[in-house]
Amino acid sequence: MKMSINSKQELPDNVALRVSHVSKDFRLPTERVSSLKGALFNVLRHNKTGFTTQHVLKDISFEIKKGDFFGIVGKNGSGKSTLLKIISQIYSPNQGTVEVNGKLVPFIELGVGFNPELTGRENVYLNGAMLGFTKSEIDGMYDDIVDFAEIGDFMEQKLKNYSSGMQVRLAFSVAIKSQGDILVLDEVLAVGDEAFQKKCQDYFFQAKREKKTVILVTHSMADVRRFCNKAMLIQDGVIAEFGSPNEVADAYSGSFAEQEGKQLEKENEAIRLELGDGVRLTDVETQVEGVKNIQLAINQDFSLAFSFECDHDIEDGVLSFSLIDGQGRLSLAMASTLDGEKRVFTKGEHRMVFDIENIFASGDYRVDAAIESGEKMLFKQIGIYQFQIRNALRFDESMTHPRISMTLQ
Amino acid sequence: MEIAEVFTKKNRLLLRAMVSTDFKLRYQQSVLGHLWSVLKPLLLFSVMYVVFIRFLRFGADVPHFAVSLLLGTILWNFFNETTTGGMMSIVGHGDLLRKIHFSKYVVVIASSMSALINFGFNFVVVVIFALVNGVRPSWSNLLIFPIVLQLYVLGLGIAFFLAAIYVNLRDLNPIWEVVMQAGFYATPIIYPISMISSRAGAYGPLLAKLDLMLNPMAQIIQDARHVLITPANPTLWQWESNFFLACWPVMVTILIFLGGVWYFTTKSQYFAELI
Repeated sequence: MKMSINSKQELPDNVALRVSHVSKDFRLPTERVSSLKGALFNVLRHNKTGFTTQHVLKDISFEIKKGDFFGIVGKNGSGKSTLLKIISQIYSPNQGTVEVNGKLVPFIELGVGFNPELTGRENVYLNGAMLGFTKSEIDGMYDDIVDFAEIGDFMEQKLKNYSSGMQVRLAFSVAIKSQGDILVLDEVLAVGDEAFQKKCQDYFFQAKREKKTVILVTHSMADVRRFCNKAMLIQDGVIAEFGSPNEVADAYSGSFAEQEGKQLEKENEAIRLELGDGVRLTDVETQVEGVKNIQLAINQDFSLAFSFECDHDIEDGVLSFSLIDGQGRLSLAMASTLDGEKRVFTKGEHRMVFDIENIFASGDYRVDAAIESGEKMLFKQIGIYQFQIRNALRFDESMTHPRISMTLQ
Repeated sequence: MEIAEVFTKKNRLLLRAMVSTDFKLRYQQSVLGHLWSVLKPLLLFSVMYVVFIRFLRFGADVPHFAVSLLLGTILWNFFNETTTGGMMSIVGHGDLLRKIHFSKYVVVIASSMSALINFGFNFVVVVIFALVNGVRPSWSNLLIFPIVLQLYVLGLGIAFFLAAIYVNLRDLNPIWEVVMQAGFYATPIIYPISMISSRAGAYGPLLAKLDLMLNPMAQIIQDARHVLITPANPTLWQWESNFFLACWPVMVTILIFLGGVWYFTTKSQYFAELI
């Protein structure tokens, strides 16, 4: 079966979906008119510009081949959900066409829209009819759907007696177990409990192996890298990156870098360094080859530089610090007594630099620091500085990121 | 025309599923269940019978006027249910329309089908009532079917208009309620059409004719009474010799239907965004 919007052009057999020059605008009323009074006032005032136009998608074109596991990523409000709704023919584009080869099954906005007064079984059949399946086709899929949702005992109960998790599970099962040609999924891996999520993941791997055509919108770059064979990054309504999932995922994470960097910078500036007993920490920064850098690449060696000022000579001076990762785990504890040398911090300004081999995992880090004279604590403060180690969330995060080389013999 | 999509196999199945769901849910959790679809018009009829026929002596000069009153009531109810139900249908299914693409025509048609089924039950009651009341059955009674068809087409056409407008303008609900109330009194339901001609002075006969010509519901109900109960109920085609004018209400019905479908078609592609 071939469906198309505004187009009679035939799709080649290996193409599942073609989007050509799709644009979508939304009119956002500055003052929403949903009553007669408002409409009358606007007519009386000759107010025809009671709305602003928002260009959500601008001239989007791409093609998805049969058997693609296609990821669509983008920030909130970038237009990806709108694109998904246009693909699913829920919204009509202002310009452009969408051509679909086969039956498309959407799972959008968590759920397919069930009727709470009907039983689970009746809902499955009604939903199937809406997706365009005949009764006998649904008969054939029914056991599979119930099995996957794991709510067999509840199928004869009204849906209003289901927990919300059960409802979503059933809806999701209908979407993935119905024998459509193209599956469109929006933010689904947050569905259900851990066991169900695991099951969904297994299903995705299976779908990938079996070359089912799936379109997945997600914020999880790990999922994009794991499941997709092609992906696309949407930014401000245009395709910013298209192609390999790894590159798209990197671009997506990268698109946050600048913003996050500025945010970190701001937070660092907001930190007020406390006064110590006769000693004052004036500045902390992470450097790469002498230049300040608060967003380090993975495995990029760096220096941690502390500037401080002493009011008088400090005998047996020790500067110590810790690096704490985003989960609050201690990643590194270090003191200037490492080399066994006894130092005197003389009166005046000093700068102490630690060159560190970066084997840390990616993520956010904070620095805690202390200055002592022998056993006597002169200064101690938690969270005096923050920095970030970026990139390559290709694997689950551990505490460190050691350099490892591999050979195949 | 895009409305042809309604006749695809997929949409026929969907229509059936939606109508049967509606039927199942209509009187759920009520003790008498579907008995209500017959009981309600009968009870309403009883009230009107006591007030207008027994007390105010309406229609004393028309034979079987009690049956006419019942028939008028259920025809009007059918019209009311089709239009009001149709108006609500798209917004009522907003949750679904935002998630799945399916034929919007089917939503409105399904709601009108439910009204039609309900009307079917009521109609059986009218027939029984008429027989008990001594109305003689005849072959010309069968003419009721094209008349009901006209009523259905009229109701559905208006329902398409209302459903599309209601998406944007929720004021329509109370407005339509008032329009229906006014229409109820402008239509010969509780009174025979002869009352307009006899009691409205010199302009009476003209007013009665105008009502039949400009108000399709008046024409439909009079026609139905004429063919089903007794030819003593006058109709437009008896009063109007000009063929064009006599057919006018039927043409208006067709125009309203086509206009409704056209309007609904142009608006329907934006329903999902606006609901």
